[in-house]
Amino acid sequence: MEFETVIGLEIHVQLLTQSKMFCGCSTRFGAPPNTQTCPVCLGLPGSLPVINRRAVELGLRAALVLNCTVHPTSQFHRKNYYYPDLPKNYQISQYQYLEHPPLGTDGYLDVEVDGVRRRVGIRRVHLEEDTGKLVHPEDGTVSWVDYNRSGVPLMEIVTYPDLRSPQEAKAFLLKLRQVLQYAEVSTGRMEEGTLRCDANVSLRRPGEPLGTRTEVKNMNSLRSVERALSYEVARQREVLERGGAVVQETRHWDERRGVTFASRSKEEAEDYRYFPEPDLVPVEVTPEWLEEIRRTLPELPDARRDRLMAQYGLSRYDAELLVQTRATADFFEAAVAAHPSPKAIANWMLGDLTAYLNEHNLEIEQLRTTPSQLAELVRLVEDGTISGRIAKDVLVEMLQTGEGARSIVDRRGLVQIADEKALRETVDAVIRDHPEPVKDVQAGKEKAIAFLVGQVMRRTQGRANPALVQRLLRERLGLPTGS
Amino acid sequence: MKELVGRPYHELRPRLGKDFSVGELVEAYLQTLEALEPHVRAYLTVTAEEARQQARALDRRLAAGESLPPLAGMPVALKDNLCTRGVRTTCGSRILESFVPPYDATAVRRLREAGAVVLGKTNLDEFAMGSSTENSGFFPTRNPWDLDYVPGGSSGGSAAAVAAGEALAALGSDTGGSIRQPASLCGVVGLKPTYGRVSRYGLVAFASSLDQIGPLALDVHDCALVLQVISGHDPHDSTSVDLPVPDFAAALEGGVRGVRVGLPTEFFGEGLQPEVRQAVLDAVRVLEGLGARVEEVHLPTLEYALPTYYLIACAEASSNLARYDGVAYGYRSPRARDLYTLYSRTRAEGFGPEVKRRIMLGTFALSAGYYEGFYKKAQQVRTLVRRDFDRCFQEVDVLAAPTSPVAGFRLGERTADPLQMYLADVYTIPVNLAGLPGISVPCGFAGGLPVGLQLVGRPFDEATLLRVAHAYQQATDWHRRRCPLRRG
Repeated sequence: MEFETVIGLEIHVQLLTQSKMFCGCSTRFGAPPNTQTCPVCLGLPGSLPVINRRAVELGLRAALVLNCTVHPTSQFHRKNYYYPDLPKNYQISQYQYLEHPPLGTDGYLDVEVDGVRRRVGIRRVHLEEDTGKLVHPEDGTVSWVDYNRSGVPLMEIVTYPDLRSPQEAKAFLLKLRQVLQYAEVSTGRMEEGTLRCDANVSLRRPGEPLGTRTEVKNMNSLRSVERALSYEVARQREVLERGGAVVQETRHWDERRGVTFASRSKEEAEDYRYFPEPDLVPVEVTPEWLEEIRRTLPELPDARRDRLMAQYGLSRYDAELLVQTRATADFFEAAVAAHPSPKAIANWMLGDLTAYLNEHNLEIEQLRTTPSQLAELVRLVEDGTISGRIAKDVLVEMLQTGEGARSIVDRRGLVQIADEKALRETVDAVIRDHPEPVKDVQAGKEKAIAFLVGQVMRRTQGRANPALVQRLLRERLGLPTGS
Repeated sequence: MKELVGRPYHELRPRLGKDFSVGELVEAYLQTLEALEPHVRAYLTVTAEEARQQARALDRRLAAGESLPPLAGMPVALKDNLCTRGVRTTCGSRILESFVPPYDATAVRRLREAGAVVLGKTNLDEFAMGSSTENSGFFPTRNPWDLDYVPGGSSGGSAAAVAAGEALAALGSDTGGSIRQPASLCGVVGLKPTYGRVSRYGLVAFASSLDQIGPLALDVHDCALVLQVISGHDPHDSTSVDLPVPDFAAALEGGVRGVRVGLPTEFFGEGLQPEVRQAVLDAVRVLEGLGARVEEVHLPTLEYALPTYYLIACAEASSNLARYDGVAYGYRSPRARDLYTLYSRTRAEGFGPEVKRRIMLGTFALSAGYYEGFYKKAQQVRTLVRRDFDRCFQEVDVLAAPTSPVAGFRLGERTADPLQMYLADVYTIPVNLAGLPGISVPCGFAGGLPVGLQLVGRPFDEATLLRVAHAYQQATDWHRRRCPLRRG
């Protein structure tokens, strides 16, 4: 039986603010428990929230890059429920009332999977405060609460049920993270919890109305999103194929067992008793403010990719990789500005540089090597000062030490030997020492010449110009030199 | 030094440091407090030592020839729902019996900075929910004019303290009349500023969109002095308004010639005690005699104000009081076994019956399926009430009405019937719904108990309100009457 998968996502994103949503406490992660708190984020009697303007600005940036309608006034609401990590027992959030809209509604984000482009609708973008964190010591009968996270600004992004596969869901999250990073709204790292995602999943026969959905929670990485959703889709398909009915419920992803399981179902539907937060005045977004924010938005990844292709003649594939993060694209363009050899710089970046980053689990922002240092390296290769082979080693040393290419080359005497007279002696010595390969070459086994070239390179510690060595060898062995 | 007690601050101030010291003034009040407190029971916490220390510090500054801040040495009492750093703040509730805030409310801080000397924290109906101070989780306060009678509420402790000479002035909070009604019942002046005029930061919330801090004092002039100090924008309260604060004391003079006074006919209907009605109408006649023009106006939505208020106030309260859960501070039931019983036991044991009644009412009004019909409808009616007042203020400058429908009632008289208790605020509640400034000034007696005249003004026009009230006091002497307890 054919089923269509229907997925909608609810994403929580931690905003890149210095201070909390409604007070001046720091949002820094990792401080000792309850050291970043005040009467406001502890919900002490008499305290009042004050909106963090920077958080609203970041929310507006997100709403704009997600192509949302931004509302001239928006309202905060109270979402009432009891839990010990919620000091006021209500969360200040935004709710979708027509008369009190959230920051942004009805936007979209385009994603591409296997060359198929899909426009994913964004239902709303709204701001809220994070909760504290419960700590359950292993041995004890008590639980602790750490309120450092209480009141940290969160943005919730809710999509329409427009995604059609777990792969698309993953692609959407990647793309969302990318644009949020570009807009400097959030680091968007699922592993660090700065981006969290829940999913609503249902199946239907094509053309039919939406089927019953389940909400999948507790997915802590992009990979687990894809795995969890694939599992849940398969599970629902099996239920439907058996002639059963999907139960509307919340299901938790168990990363270790690779399954989703139903969490204890609540006896009655949760009623959050939303009402407008009387302690806050509505957020007024003037056209001037919005325009100012729009002006400071960076070029977004798709546009930048297209520009890199047009401006530097890069392939779509390379350009796509270079715009993966804003820092990578910035590094590339800065290097090209220092030495206009875009293709070579792209190759170095996507090749050896990326390999080094992956190997050492680093981000490009963490490098000591500057774009102009990479540009210098490329120039040294292009003007024949060093060989490409040597350059690979030089790059690693640059990345390890932060030293410049020229300085390493000079200090270590790596300048390529382009002096025929000097090389000829080495060539002669190699011919003398390897009579067997020489015979092979002379017998027409041209491939054996590579061995001899390698021997010369070895004796010169790689500093010889390989093309020159090749020519000299052929001359000495009486072969046609080609050029 | 006993003759210092009962005189308004503006009269004492010129003599301060000449005829008597701050220490003597504060000591005189502490003596009265000590003598009368067993009868009145206005205070939940007395901070005599801190007060004496503060008085000594001010006297040292006086001796050093420093010029003193505007309320230097004014012995004041604070309603116990205003947070005081290091001094427990109970809200009249068992659930906060031992809660000690780490910070001062903005109004308290401003009062301290102005040199006022805090004598203690006054009794109130639990979480300011009530009209008699009988809902205090600790003990009722009594009316100094007749100890069998309630002082009104919820700022009953503050009103009784000022009336009995146990404080020269006090801060209260007014959500539906909680400053004006006890001021009326205790024969003192009480002012509820425009919503947004005074920062609510540090006022333990009952109903956020209605609460406002204000002064209780012996006369309008003192009221203006205190209001001056506590008013103004506070970056910690988004609902406090960034408007210039006029010089209220300077605005007192000028009289009422040409001022248009509106009498809302709906405020003189059924349920109004005849002697109260007479006293208020007499007061209006005094204003007329001083040159005011009096005319009848109409507030047809008055009859909906009470139910509207109880829906909005309880809805907000149900959410505001959710934080008292036994987790991080305040009372925690020793019978809590798990998360559910931690919540249910703590709240069942920590809150009194009126608070529970309102939490349940408010929770209901916000619940799915009822929100539209109750909370949302109430907000719509609130808009209509506001429009009614707006329309009136196109015709008149202030409204005059009774503060309370009766001069007073005995302890226990209304405790069995919540609706009867709610009716005590029928004339003050609409003013909160509209966010307007209102003042109650003594205007006579009924059966030996004081009667209050309520004046209501345009938003942020406390100045006109104070000017009219002051003119009235210049022409009468009700505000100079002191309760028998104090004389004896």
